[in-house]
Amino acid sequence: MPINFAAQLNSVLAALILLTAFGLLAQRRIYGLLHLFAWQGLFLSISTAVVGYAAGQRHLYISSILTLALKVIVLPYILHVLIIRLGIHKEIETLVNIPATMLMGIALVIFSYHLTSPIRELSTLVTRSTIAIALATVMLGLLMMITRKHAVTQIIGFLAMENGLFFAATSATYGMPLVVELGVALDILIAAFIFGIFFFHIRTTFDSLDVEQMARLKEED
Amino acid sequence: MSEILSYLLEGVQILLLLSAAPVFTGWVRTVRCWLQGRTTAGIFQPYRDLTKLFYKDIVLAENASWIFRFTPYLVFGAAVLAGAIIPILSVDLPLSTTADVIALVALFAMARFFTALAGMDVGTAFGGMGSSREMTIASLAEPAMLMAVFTVSLVSKSTSLSQMVQVIGHGQLILRPSLAFALLAFVLITLAETGRVPVDNPVTHLELTMIHEGMILEYSGRHLALIEWAGMMKLFLFAVLGIASFFPWGIAEAGNLITLPMALLFLMTKLGLAGAGLVLIETGLAKMRLFRVPEFLGSAFLFATLGMLSYFMLE
Repeated sequence: MPINFAAQLNSVLAALILLTAFGLLAQRRIYGLLHLFAWQGLFLSISTAVVGYAAGQRHLYISSILTLALKVIVLPYILHVLIIRLGIHKEIETLVNIPATMLMGIALVIFSYHLTSPIRELSTLVTRSTIAIALATVMLGLLMMITRKHAVTQIIGFLAMENGLFFAATSATYGMPLVVELGVALDILIAAFIFGIFFFHIRTTFDSLDVEQMARLKEED
Repeated sequence: MSEILSYLLEGVQILLLLSAAPVFTGWVRTVRCWLQGRTTAGIFQPYRDLTKLFYKDIVLAENASWIFRFTPYLVFGAAVLAGAIIPILSVDLPLSTTADVIALVALFAMARFFTALAGMDVGTAFGGMGSSREMTIASLAEPAMLMAVFTVSLVSKSTSLSQMVQVIGHGQLILRPSLAFALLAFVLITLAETGRVPVDNPVTHLELTMIHEGMILEYSGRHLALIEWAGMMKLFLFAVLGIASFFPWGIAEAGNLITLPMALLFLMTKLGLAGAGLVLIETGLAKMRLFRVPEFLGSAFLFATLGMLSYFMLE
């Protein structure tokens, strides 16, 4: 596989990651969100392996396998179990105006392209063109956390943001040192468990996972 | 000499468009029958329908104005003219230099505008309803269509269709996410523009859901035949436009007559696959509520814009 082809393949995978990020913004059903999140993890894992091959960085293979195990299998599984345990029957979430959110998303993509274009000029890496996509994925995850009301979907938005950060690290500097990546992976795993505990607490206190309920903490009627 | 030849080719292409469009529609219907386990009427049934309509008398409403009588000819003419611009068999088209892809979108828009006017002309409730719905959909589909077309133009650095075919078909094979996004957007727009299942259903006259059928409900006889024929050509043209923009391999080059039979063979294969793909989409999806259509076309616009952005960001 020549380096040129690997770079093209990485571009395609970056485009797919961006597409799944937009899919997460638009998806109404919780199980659909989980699937899209798992797909995003899969594309991220393949992309990391491709970059590892193109750049000749062995440790990226390990991060790729780590991503595959954690973000494609373990995290979606944990969230799936949580959704069943919490008994979220109403799995469809009403959203505020999807087309408007999409337009905001497009604006964010253009913004991150503008923001990263100096880096693109300076960088000499094979992956320099995907930095903008990585930043856009982070921003789209953030947008998802802002526009959603349900706690579980906000967590998925947070994890998508983390995907974007990981992708940014891979495309800007060929990945962080392995120790850091292992630490981050462990953090995410622990975070998922803590989220689970929090979900149960939120539900016992408010009878719902809708975070808008939390605005009514005051003792007024 | 070569000029005469290219004019001849142009004529052959228009004849092909006129004759093959009903066959393509027949093929789509046949595949759909196969998938639904029904007996087919054969791929030549649209011809018989058209002949029957041509023999019938026209029933014209008393208050129908010239717009109503003029529209079928205009719609038909626009479709034929569009077929003269798109490289179906060969890129060597004299008319192709007179109009680029933006003019092509405008041609479709003009035909639609007059159909909508004719729908309101007689003053029946269904015509007005169909017209208003059609214009709603058009106002959302056209920007997305232009975006998708611009993405292909950016890649090939030209808005002339012949030029686009030459650049994409004969350049080296590169994985281009921008073209993949544009293709996705184009498929969604084709479904909306040609009135296929998730947006409109071409086979029913169910009062509450019809869009295109609502507008042409008052037409009869040869007027109806012309409009139906133009509708078939529109489906054929969108398929050919998609082939020319995204899969142009096999379209004959300028001044190369020997490859024409091969080009025809390629075209038939690609059209057969395109028709089967269309049927798979149509049988796999349910018709959506009218109020979901903006979301559907919004996602088409999103894909087209992402295609354009990924051209700048990734390529």
